[in-house]
Amino acid sequence: MLEQVWVIPLVPAISFFLILFVGKHLPRKGAEIGVVAVGASLVLSLVTAAQWIHRTNEARDAVDGGGHAAGFLGAVLAGAEYAVVEPVVRTVTWWQSGGEVIEAGTLLDGLSAMMIVVVTLVSFLVHLYSVSYMEGDRRFTHFFAALSLFTASMLLLVLSNNLLQLLVGWELVGLCSFMLIGHWWEEKPNSDAALKAFLTTRTGDIGLLVGIAVIFFGAGRTFDILEINQAALGGGVSDLVLLVAASCLLLGVIGKSGQFPLHTWLPDAMAGPTPVSALIHAATMVVAGVFLVARLYPVFWEGFDIAAGGLNPMALVGGITVVIAAVLAFVQNDIKKVLAYSTISQLGYMVMGLGVGAWVAAVFHLFTHAFFKALLFLGSGSVSHAVHSFDMKSDMGGLREHMPHTYRTFLIGSLALAGIFPLAGFWSKDEILLGAGANGYEAFMVVGLIGGALTAAYMTRCVYLTFFGEYRGHGHPHESPALITGPLWVLAGLAVVAGFLNAVPFGIHLFTDWVEPTFAFPPVAHPEFSVPLAVVATLLALAGIGAGAGYYFRNLGPHGLTERNVWARRGHTLLWNRYYLDHLYTGVIVGSIKGPVARAANWVNQRVIDGVVNAAGVGSRQAGQWVYDKIDQRVVDGIVNGSATGAGETGGFLRRMQTGRVQNYGALLFGATAVLGLTLVILI
Amino acid sequence: MDGFDSWALTLAVFLPLAGAAVLLLVPRRDETSIKTVALLTTAATFAVGVWILVNFDYGATDELQFVVDRSWIEVINSRYIVGIDGISLPLLVLSMFVSMLCVIYSWNHFPEPHNPKAFLALLLILETGMNGTFVAQDLILFFVFFEVVLLPMYFMIGVWGGPNRQYAAIKFFLFTLFGSALMILGFLALFFLGGQTFSIVELQDTAQGIARNTQLLIFAGLFMGFAIKVPMFPFHTWLPDAHTEAPTVGSVILAAILLKLGTYGFVRIAIPILPEAAVEWAPWIGLLAVIGIIYGALGCLAQRDMKRLIAFSSIAHMGYVMLGIATLTDFGLNAAVFGMVAHGLITGMLFFVAGSVKDRLHTLELSRLGGLLVQAPRMGWILGFCAMASLGLPGLAGFWGEFPAILAAYNPADGLPEEVFRAYMVVAAIGTVFAAGYLLWMLQRAAFGTPKDEFADQAVPDVNGPEWIAWSPLLVLILVLGVYPHLLFRVTDGAVGVALRALGG
Amino acid sequence: MLLNQFLILAAVLFCIGVYGVLARRNGVLVLMSIELILNAVIINLIAFGAMLGGESAVVASVFALFVIAVAAAEVGVGLAIVLMLYRNRQSIDVSDVDLMRG
Repeated sequence: MLEQVWVIPLVPAISFFLILFVGKHLPRKGAEIGVVAVGASLVLSLVTAAQWIHRTNEARDAVDGGGHAAGFLGAVLAGAEYAVVEPVVRTVTWWQSGGEVIEAGTLLDGLSAMMIVVVTLVSFLVHLYSVSYMEGDRRFTHFFAALSLFTASMLLLVLSNNLLQLLVGWELVGLCSFMLIGHWWEEKPNSDAALKAFLTTRTGDIGLLVGIAVIFFGAGRTFDILEINQAALGGGVSDLVLLVAASCLLLGVIGKSGQFPLHTWLPDAMAGPTPVSALIHAATMVVAGVFLVARLYPVFWEGFDIAAGGLNPMALVGGITVVIAAVLAFVQNDIKKVLAYSTISQLGYMVMGLGVGAWVAAVFHLFTHAFFKALLFLGSGSVSHAVHSFDMKSDMGGLREHMPHTYRTFLIGSLALAGIFPLAGFWSKDEILLGAGANGYEAFMVVGLIGGALTAAYMTRCVYLTFFGEYRGHGHPHESPALITGPLWVLAGLAVVAGFLNAVPFGIHLFTDWVEPTFAFPPVAHPEFSVPLAVVATLLALAGIGAGAGYYFRNLGPHGLTERNVWARRGHTLLWNRYYLDHLYTGVIVGSIKGPVARAANWVNQRVIDGVVNAAGVGSRQAGQWVYDKIDQRVVDGIVNGSATGAGETGGFLRRMQTGRVQNYGALLFGATAVLGLTLVILI
Repeated sequence: MDGFDSWALTLAVFLPLAGAAVLLLVPRRDETSIKTVALLTTAATFAVGVWILVNFDYGATDELQFVVDRSWIEVINSRYIVGIDGISLPLLVLSMFVSMLCVIYSWNHFPEPHNPKAFLALLLILETGMNGTFVAQDLILFFVFFEVVLLPMYFMIGVWGGPNRQYAAIKFFLFTLFGSALMILGFLALFFLGGQTFSIVELQDTAQGIARNTQLLIFAGLFMGFAIKVPMFPFHTWLPDAHTEAPTVGSVILAAILLKLGTYGFVRIAIPILPEAAVEWAPWIGLLAVIGIIYGALGCLAQRDMKRLIAFSSIAHMGYVMLGIATLTDFGLNAAVFGMVAHGLITGMLFFVAGSVKDRLHTLELSRLGGLLVQAPRMGWILGFCAMASLGLPGLAGFWGEFPAILAAYNPADGLPEEVFRAYMVVAAIGTVFAAGYLLWMLQRAAFGTPKDEFADQAVPDVNGPEWIAWSPLLVLILVLGVYPHLLFRVTDGAVGVALRALGG
Repeated sequence: MLLNQFLILAAVLFCIGVYGVLARRNGVLVLMSIELILNAVIINLIAFGAMLGGESAVVASVFALFVIAVAAAEVGVGLAIVLMLYRNRQSIDVSDVDLMRG
């Protein structure tokens, strides 16, 4: 199976075409094809992952001398650092240039095995959920087709063995995101959001395109990820090239993974259907950027000199994002927007984690976050299914009693997100902070702690506004059907247990063993678990919850501060306007390009360049006119006119001879010829 | 060489002309026969093309194949030399293919003043010119075919065009003629200084003896001829007018094939014969190319007419092709040839859709359009597909013309200023965002939303039979080439190597 | 040598022809007269060819055949014109055809 992983993206790709062409004629409008296909992919992914785990265990046993029982735990506890598990690569010719063959293929290692499981699992649950959630939608079939295409593209992305193929997957998931955000394109705000998402990520892709070109030549004309990683670590590539490449690629990551300052598209992307937000804008597509960094870690490691500690661009971007997005989550009234900013903030954790050298922790956070954030989004969808709105302030409240399943799962997700022991978020977030501290990035550890407290507080606000207090909406909300709550419970279970895969203090580091590459990978540190740090983090999270609970549940603290204090009001306004970044992008940059700049270019085109052309045309015509008037008519014609007058009179005479009868002409012709003939005879 | 081998190319070129002659004999009123004759002719020509595709030796794409060499005009030592290699083959087949699809599309889409007989005859003559240009291996022969294309197109725009057709047609004609005049001067200079021959293959050796400064001048002459046809900034202004006024089929052929005559000229003639001059001029060509990319995109954003917008997008896309050519590397040239084919398919398709929209709604004013997806969902999706392909989405054909060109600009041929080209690369990469911007913006305004009030009650027929037949092969090709670009790259790669041989590349 | 006799015959035929072309109003007769003129020319050609002998005789014959062929075509076209004339004007009087009057 490890060699045949190309089947996994192929199944949903075929499903896409099937749904597109025959979906409408099926009893369930094509949903069944999508569910079955993604389910098949899920099974295949699990088999692949199991085989990969088996492979790593075998490799470790071999290093241990293979003597003792190759038990599961035995391999885990063995000296993992020394076993090199080579990734499984399989390629075919894709195209060639200058005789160089460029190959497409699959690269299977721990990272991609983990990703395919996450993608297919979340996608499968979202498919099930959507069958019920999207029922009766105007474009039900298209929705499932797009979901299939997305799943295929995402799998293609994570299985790529080369950057070019990765780029293909990268853009295709962007396309699916565009299609699904704009799913209800009849309303302009939705298509605006879709355009914004696509264009913003495309802006980041400038960096990706340039970065791939730089690294292609830097690493000796190759797109192959393993070769690039080896070249980056081998010291054969100059530092400058690596720095430029890493910076350019980081721009792509910023665009795709919603990092500051290109994060503004992600909250708008909530215009799409909720299952889409869960799948694409929380669990999978937005982590593509994080995945890219994890995949090309040696390039970033060497390029940004991550081992040196202190400060580097990637950690900085991540750190800023963690805080500014978390703060923004406080002023949102739309439940999905709270979750969107939360996603941005959590993606910031991942990028920061990678930036501080905590590779395993960041990837582990990607893994756990996929489950609990998908859970939260699907939960919010379940709520909106009941109250037909996303506005927490005006249409929700008190749903705890009406929707017990949704409430409980949402609460589990929130606690996991807030990082409460022993839920998934606790383990992964704690490891990121640990790594930051151990690798010499103490400042970012503090940032992470603050972010944790903020996260806990805004999630408390969100839970309070949604599930507590009095119901403020219309009608009577009911719990959603089993097809919706089922996936919620599955994800809730995962949000509880997923963290134990890498519960370091208990001596479990399965995730590290399975996922961390041992081949062409920089020497990242594995810091020891620190009890004080874990305690501090948990206390801060609890403090956040406490503060939130105190403020909302008990009505403590300075309410109405924004009305009284001018600075608080200004701060609120700044947040309300999302730091004015949207004004800058949409109003100033895009507005000026679409408006004045484009008009100026068009003006230049029509007036200047075309003006020259037309002027040349008009000029030559005028020159012709002048020649005609002055020379032709006066001089030449002067002579001509004289003769013309004479000719005119002659013509008047000749005109009378024009009888129109052919015979007259013939007679004249004959006469003339005869006369000429006679003349000739006489003269000669 | 036996039998059909030596006749294939000649047949490919002159079969349409013969078809046009037959067409003249058919009575004007018998429209069905006229259409049938035209369709059969183009189909037969395309069959020859398929035969060539099948019998082409893919192991030797770097050599001229199916060569015919006969004496033609002995006085000036111009010979009838035709042959194709890996660069010509895709373009030749594309030309035959698109011509056939155009005839199919025309089946029930004749613009005013109707007259299918004249229209189709012009189309067939046009095909002869285009096919001839792609197979000619003699400069005079090339020139003749290059010019043959001009007149039918002139009449097509001037007779069947929009309200401003006279101006557009004359502008197109004069612009191109102006370029041709300089180009023929270049050809003559090559003839007299380069050993009294017009053979492109021979000139690749004999022209190396020409003094360097003279080479630069000759290249400039050829550049003007080709650059106007491409068209490159700032010689592009004929294009939007011609496209806007031309009938749909005219626009399609103009975009799909005619523009490629210019870029093909660079790859086939200018660079192999005058490599040193090419190195000297390449930074300037690159500069004009990237200006064209950004400028075309800005122009697009300012347009209010869908067809004019697509026309401006051609300028941007041909900018990528020219950037690829200017790098003088195998990546760049491969990208350029791929870009030519991809642009032919995609932009041709976009013009088809625009034409059909105009047929139904009688306007292409973007502010009046909207909700195409509601009224004619299939056509709306096709428009979306083409827009995506056009903005260079990986997995569709457009990407392979764009990305390798950007890649090549990072590392241009020896002797070219690396820093300058890297700056071009960044600008070109920024251009991809603009491309996404204007195409999606167009898509949003034309296809998304709901129909405007004036069209709300109007029934808009979805894609009909001839449209499906004409479009689906294009759509499939866009997808197939995008997923598996090796189909095209393996054909062009060898020939590109030959074109660059003189550079030591 | 019989040359003179032939030339005289040809001259007579020619004159009749010229008279017919110039004086008759019937279109068909005009055409016949043109035939006469052409035949006169042919007779001249053959006569001169026979007189000169050798290669010239062959050349003359070729010329003669050529003229005959052209004459046939000319009659064809001419009769078509006359026919059209009749259709349009119900008359074959050539004096009615004066569209070329200045």
